[in-house]
Amino acid sequence: MLPALLSLALIAVALSLPLVLRQLGRWRKAREARRAARSGPLHVPVYDPGRERRAEQRARELLRSCVNEEEWSMYRDLGFIRVRGTHMRRGRDSPAGPPYAYLVYPHKPIVAYLPATGRLLSEYCVEFPDMSGDGDRARLPASDDVLAKWMALTSDESRVIRRANMHLVGRQLDPARVRRDLWRLSEWERCRQSEIGAGHS
Amino acid sequence: MKPGHGEVLVAEGDPEVREEEELLIEEFRRQLDEGMWAAVPTTRRGSGRREALMVKQYAEIPVGADRVIFFPRASGG
Repeated sequence: MLPALLSLALIAVALSLPLVLRQLGRWRKAREARRAARSGPLHVPVYDPGRERRAEQRARELLRSCVNEEEWSMYRDLGFIRVRGTHMRRGRDSPAGPPYAYLVYPHKPIVAYLPATGRLLSEYCVEFPDMSGDGDRARLPASDDVLAKWMALTSDESRVIRRANMHLVGRQLDPARVRRDLWRLSEWERCRQSEIGAGHS
Repeated sequence: MKPGHGEVLVAEGDPEVREEEELLIEEFRRQLDEGMWAAVPTTRRGSGRREALMVKQYAEIPVGADRVIFFPRASGG
């Protein structure tokens, strides 16, 4: 009886062996796939916290290399640049100064004002969106935004003003803050003139 | 100037060397085709004031200009 049972058991094992081996192979493949998925490269873009800081540092160097020394010092000390308006007196520099000028802030509207009286004229909302079309809504570094506005205003003022959305001052910028910036600018210029005068004497 | 990245060098070469100038022209056209504006920082004669010169063709780049800066065109914000 026992030899017969052993024979039957051996036959059963021999018959089921291909099934068992096939199932073991599937299980091994699934385990390798899971392991590869865990250790493989991530498709999520890795955030580089230093990228924006490095981009801004390069942008500051680029801005510095393009504008004159006074404008660079103004931006470094005050955080904005004044650009003279040329629309009405193209090619002529009045000794009394330009009839109007712009304050160029990073990522904020350009403000037109009258230097003689400090009267605020209007805000020009303008941006330089990504043209690559890759869906990335990234914006220029702050200093690149200032440089883009500076280049657009000094090269083709009419075109950039036409493209901008014009509003009365106060829509995005606080008029009190802009007036305070104009006061800071006048104080900055006064100190600068004093230093230049002291340097010459 | 590239949003999210800042300054990116797109091409460099000597315009006096023909092969390099062809490369510069090709890249100039490509940038403008992508909708960028091109400007050359310069100094105004007489006043000495710094300003930019917008260029729409490669031939408009002043002789001796050491760089052309491409930046996204302005739009109402």
